[in-house]
Amino acid sequence: MITLSESAAQHVSNFLAKRGKGIGVRLGVKTSGCSGMAYKLEFADSTEGDDIVFDSHGLKVLVDPKSLPYLDGTELDYTKEGLNEGFKFNNPNVKDECGCGESFQV
Amino acid sequence: MALLQIAEPGQSAAPHEHRLAVGIDLGTTNSLVATVRSGMAVVLNDDQGHALLPSVVRYEADGRVVVGYDAQARQAKDPKNTIVSVKRFMGRGRKDIAHIESMPYDFLDGEGMVRLRTSQGIKSPVEISADILRTLRLRAEAALGGELTGAVITVPAYFDDAQRQATKDAAKLAGLNVLRLLNEPTAAAIAYGLDNGSEGIYAVYDLGGGTFDISILRLSKGVFEVLSTGGDSALGGDDFDQRVFCWIIEQAKLAPLSHQDARLLLTKAREAKETLTNRAEAPITVKLGSSEYVDLVLTTEIFAEITRTLVQKTLAPVKKALRDAGLGVDDVKGVVMVGGSTRMPQIQHAVAEFFGQDPLNNLDPDKVVALGAATQANLLAGNRAAGDDWLLLDVIPLSLGLETMGGLVEKIIPRNATIPVARAQDFTTYKDGQTALAVHVVQGERELVSDCRSLARFELRGMPAMVAGAARIRVTFQVDADGLLSVSAREQTMGVEARVEVKPSYGLSDDEIAAMLKDGMSHAADDAFRRALREAQVEAQRLIEATQSALKEDAHLLSDAERRTVDAAIIGLQAVLIGDDRRTVDEAMAILSKATEEFAARRMNQGVQRALAGKKIEELNG
Repeated sequence: MITLSESAAQHVSNFLAKRGKGIGVRLGVKTSGCSGMAYKLEFADSTEGDDIVFDSHGLKVLVDPKSLPYLDGTELDYTKEGLNEGFKFNNPNVKDECGCGESFQV
Repeated sequence: MALLQIAEPGQSAAPHEHRLAVGIDLGTTNSLVATVRSGMAVVLNDDQGHALLPSVVRYEADGRVVVGYDAQARQAKDPKNTIVSVKRFMGRGRKDIAHIESMPYDFLDGEGMVRLRTSQGIKSPVEISADILRTLRLRAEAALGGELTGAVITVPAYFDDAQRQATKDAAKLAGLNVLRLLNEPTAAAIAYGLDNGSEGIYAVYDLGGGTFDISILRLSKGVFEVLSTGGDSALGGDDFDQRVFCWIIEQAKLAPLSHQDARLLLTKAREAKETLTNRAEAPITVKLGSSEYVDLVLTTEIFAEITRTLVQKTLAPVKKALRDAGLGVDDVKGVVMVGGSTRMPQIQHAVAEFFGQDPLNNLDPDKVVALGAATQANLLAGNRAAGDDWLLLDVIPLSLGLETMGGLVEKIIPRNATIPVARAQDFTTYKDGQTALAVHVVQGERELVSDCRSLARFELRGMPAMVAGAARIRVTFQVDADGLLSVSAREQTMGVEARVEVKPSYGLSDDEIAAMLKDGMSHAADDAFRRALREAQVEAQRLIEATQSALKEDAHLLSDAERRTVDAAIIGLQAVLIGDDRRTVDEAMAILSKATEEFAARRMNQGVQRALAGKKIEELNG
């Protein structure tokens, strides 16, 4: 199960509207970075193969089956930190992450 | 933890490899920085929530550099060390700057770009602009959480090479990697074109703090093409403030003002102008340092009246830009308003009346340029989606060419050519045995060099000596994506080459830039006449020289009577050469040609005989 916070959902739907196309947002992980794994956050234009699709606040959240074990239970949030703002993965599977939080280990 | 943005499918960056790019609108009055977040262009605010950064730099005696609102707040107190509208000084010499005598700065004497004496030493406009850019860079890095990959910085379409180079230098000094300089109206079109997806012909009417630009653009299938540009690099909201300022002095019958009072009044003038954007009248009350008291009310009507000529001044370049694009008012599908000064109701009305339609202003006119620049920066930094390969065409604002014999201009790259562009043309020598060629690069629309702007001079030396007209020299003009010019000349047989990166002379006043385009049109007929005359004069001079050199060699082929006829014809031609009647020059040339016909035939025969006698052909060319 992967969910969007209300703030994240609002921003995703704004961005999708602005972009003019797309069915939802795709979350995933890939191997790389200083701590093993890195998040993927992309617009989704279509579902692919065996994508698992969650519905959150009326938006489609797509995850490929290989990524799901590392992300299950994640809530995608949108926050501001000082002048910076953006999306944040609240991922219960993470045991350790690199200083900047861009990559992580499970 | 790091905050993420949504990427285009397949475009997720690896950790620590986000390509953070920003667009910067380095304005005369205000500057902004914007970026693209999750596919959406947004302006980055400072920690107080301000989007605009006033382009004001203050040099404190204790070594601090204050930029923005804090500097602006102090400008009346210490005008000498508080620099406003520095953009007007970029790439400009003392004599190019309007109202320089009424400015509170301590300008240094000397040639080249102006320099100012401040409490922190001597500062150039490049350094002062760099302080503004540095502030924006730090704001962006705080907002994006990392170092910037690069920036797109906008400049008025009218900026010449000197001003563009100065802007690039300032960016470098501020620690920014310049991905590209972009014309402001083009940036606005990007913001509108991509955001709204509307196609067709658009006029971008950009009245900023210090510059006015008009661009005629074609938007189709995501491709932007600038059809023509025009404007006035010395016209903007500041001039409207100046008019109100003068009106206050006149109405209140004020004595000559101190710098502090002048600055204070100018601030009041600007506030009154801004008030009139959505009110019918603006009170102006101020107590001056001279203890004089001002209590006036500026109404919309008075404001419109005292600024009528300024508003009209913007419409002349609009008409010309339309003519250049070969379009009429009816072809324009929409008019995009850019620049805070377009909020003035009289501007909205004048533009609506001229184009017969209400202008588009659904994006914030202060932000639209920065938003477009951010979009461009995002693409140039490599953050583009698959299939998102639109092209951006930009044009050069003034024709580029070189001087030919007789002070005529040979245009190599016509104005409104899309850049980047490279054009080559072959030239030849004018005199026998000529081994050097002076290349004089000029910019402008007129036919005569004296009416155009001199950009650079260089010499091609070491060419093989040949008869006049035999050498082939290829001159190549190249304008890069930033609108900067390099010129090279190459002699084709020996391969001797010389080149110049245009190190522009700061010799052109703002008024001249605007006047040059206007001149080109209004003097077209006059120029054509003068060109024909000058061409006839050059041809006549060549004929005289050729005859004289033939006479020196082969005078023995002529009888005394024949020689007298030829001499008389030469003198006759020389006499009319300096006049301005092309017909008499042509007639005198015909007389000389006729007088030397027989002579030429005899020389030819003699040459043939010599050749038959086994002489070398080179000797015949003398």
